Amino acid sequence: MKLSGAEILIECLKREGVKTLFALPGGVVLKIFDVLHQQKEIEVILARHEQGAGHMAEGYAKATGKAGVCLVTSGPGMTNVITALADAYMDSVPMVCFSGQVPTSLIGNDAFQEADNVGLSRPCTKYNFLVKDVNDLARTIKEAFYIATTGRPGPVLVDIPKDVSQNQTEFVYPSSVSIRGYNPTYEGNKWQIKQAAEAIAKAKKPVLYVGGGVVFSGASQELLELAEMTQIPVDMTLMGLGAFPGEHPLSLGMLGMHGTYCANMAIHYSDLVIAVGARFDDRVTGKVSEFCPYAKIIHIDIDPTSIRKNIHVDIPIVGDCKAVLRELNQLLRATVNGDQKELRKPWWDQIRQWQTTHPLTYHQEQDGPIKPQHVVKRLYELTKDRDPIVSTDVGQHQMWAAQYFKLAKPNRWLTSGGLGTMGFGLPAAMGAQAAFRDRLVICIAGDGSVQMNMQEMATAVVSKLPVKVIVLNNRFHGMVRQWQDLFYNGRYASSYLGNTPDFVKLAEAYGAVGLRAERLADLDGVLKAALETDGPVVVDVPTYPYENCYPMIPAGGCNHEMILEDPPELKKKQKGGGKTVPEEKDTVLTA
Amino acid sequence: MEHIIAVTVENKFGVLSRVAGLFSGRGFNIESLSVAPTLDPSMSQMTLVTSGDDRIIEQIVKQLNKLIDVIKVVDLNETEFVARETALIKVHTKDEDRAEALRIVDIFRANVIDSSPSTYTIEVSGDPRKIEAIINLLQPLGIKELVRTGRVAVAREPIRPAVAAKKSARD
Repeated sequence: MKLSGAEILIECLKREGVKTLFALPGGVVLKIFDVLHQQKEIEVILARHEQGAGHMAEGYAKATGKAGVCLVTSGPGMTNVITALADAYMDSVPMVCFSGQVPTSLIGNDAFQEADNVGLSRPCTKYNFLVKDVNDLARTIKEAFYIATTGRPGPVLVDIPKDVSQNQTEFVYPSSVSIRGYNPTYEGNKWQIKQAAEAIAKAKKPVLYVGGGVVFSGASQELLELAEMTQIPVDMTLMGLGAFPGEHPLSLGMLGMHGTYCANMAIHYSDLVIAVGARFDDRVTGKVSEFCPYAKIIHIDIDPTSIRKNIHVDIPIVGDCKAVLRELNQLLRATVNGDQKELRKPWWDQIRQWQTTHPLTYHQEQDGPIKPQHVVKRLYELTKDRDPIVSTDVGQHQMWAAQYFKLAKPNRWLTSGGLGTMGFGLPAAMGAQAAFRDRLVICIAGDGSVQMNMQEMATAVVSKLPVKVIVLNNRFHGMVRQWQDLFYNGRYASSYLGNTPDFVKLAEAYGAVGLRAERLADLDGVLKAALETDGPVVVDVPTYPYENCYPMIPAGGCNHEMILEDPPELKKKQKGGGKTVPEEKDTVLTA
Repeated sequence: MEHIIAVTVENKFGVLSRVAGLFSGRGFNIESLSVAPTLDPSMSQMTLVTSGDDRIIEQIVKQLNKLIDVIKVVDLNETEFVARETALIKVHTKDEDRAEALRIVDIFRANVIDSSPSTYTIEVSGDPRKIEAIINLLQPLGIKELVRTGRVAVAREPIRPAVAAKKSARD
């Protein structure tokens, strides 16, 4: 029997196990939506903006480990989803995006809603296809899912002209894929792994530096075994949070620009860094020339280009984190002897000292304004037993969430790391919620970020995605303000948002529940009320606007040279809990 | 340092822009690039001339390999190789210069492939230094147009001991 291109697409999605499609229709994809409308296996979540659809697919992918799928129309539909594609590319999120295209006969004619989708998305996708013939469609979709989910995962775009979705052909779904130019390496080189095992056995002050690769590879169990067997402390990147239990005694928390003091000190003074599924991003290394001056570096990564891109590596191992760690553990089980705890004691004594001298800290006055860190901490304490999925936007609140929300398991942390996309949090949370209807999904957002994709609240209400959005509302682009305070003499150029909307009323306008915690005394009650509400909730928490996120390594600084608290002149300016009249005209105080 | 990189790619649309986009997007340098189909019409051969320190060349090779349409990447500088370039040079020739032009063509074993009353079009192949040399000599006559193909290169076949032995026996 012959099927239309649109029917073939849907049939392929079913065979790939796609249950949820994040989509927004338009002229050239109507045929596809028409087919979607007449079936029940795939649920269509209608986003209000294509960027939202893209981030939902990302959230879905990060929470499930499977490819997230979205469908957009040509022209503006495509340009709107670009941010999500770029975000997914930076953070290696498996995702397949289908875009509509004008009919093949009109391509290149500047037709209505035409854009060069393949050209636009080339630098921000792992691969992309323009399907010019309906006979190529099924094989292309198979290849798209294969490329998106294997090797280092990433977004793949499939551009489908209108006539291709309308034309008919015999449907044959290929059972396997072989692409001669694409053969990811999964098994690490045995000799190199042996070198790594020997280096680990010799090291006095080793540190594990783990990233998002461990999460996508599903290597948490192997990582836990390695760390416990060898008693090596674990530093996590922003993307790696959850790869190792945050409350585990071997966990030092996040490292990097806003990482913990001990995580940064440990990696700086280590004699062996074991990087697993991490890419030595500039937010982690700080000043490259002074990164880990005393350490030998082992780098395990599935992407050969990540190795020696930024940092010289002594023992490179190209392979899948899970496969390599399994092999490494096997070697270590045979060679590691003696009491590792005893062996590592001097190193751990040093680390514990760093931990106790400079723990993460903030000061919450009982009658003062609510501190944002306190909100995250309370939220964590109130929800940790429910194993929540947590998404964030980008900025100060994201860093506080990373510092204080200690995740126990992987695939619970949805955040935009590489691209740093404000507006990511709400749709990403909804994507995860669409995959796990019964679980608790929390979005920790800032008042600046959340407004960037606020329209998706409408989707949350209509599609019954009961996400809990906690807005840490400081009426600033907080991270921008922090940099302005520290590096631009406190001149708040375009970082003060003035009258942010009334988020309670806004939530209600969308048909969601809006709550507000004005005072510290209300906080727990309001958070509990939000968690007990069935549908989507927005909780507005006005927080102290001048709180800065520490520790902080200034851009280009060295990892052991952290700023740990506000410099004295800044403290003076903020004296009075944010209620004093400012001396400078452009200092806005409203808390 | 200058490197010549041979890249075997899928012969389909968009591949050139993927390679070019990789170089521009990552700030790598392309000095010349030539592409043509191979014996197998499903593949094309690219010859890329680029420059950079060892770390950059390593990244270029890895990044090229990462492209899904790239089948094989060889940094020819890692072995012995031969490289050639062709240039077509249209020179102004006044009556008194025509003989001189032909002499230069002769010295460089070049060919005149088109002629008009006031011009010769000269085809010359060789390594880049040879091309530079003939251009320098022709310049005083007046070069009207110049097009160069950019280099193409292949690795030298290693001389197998068996063949070498046979040769020396004959000697």
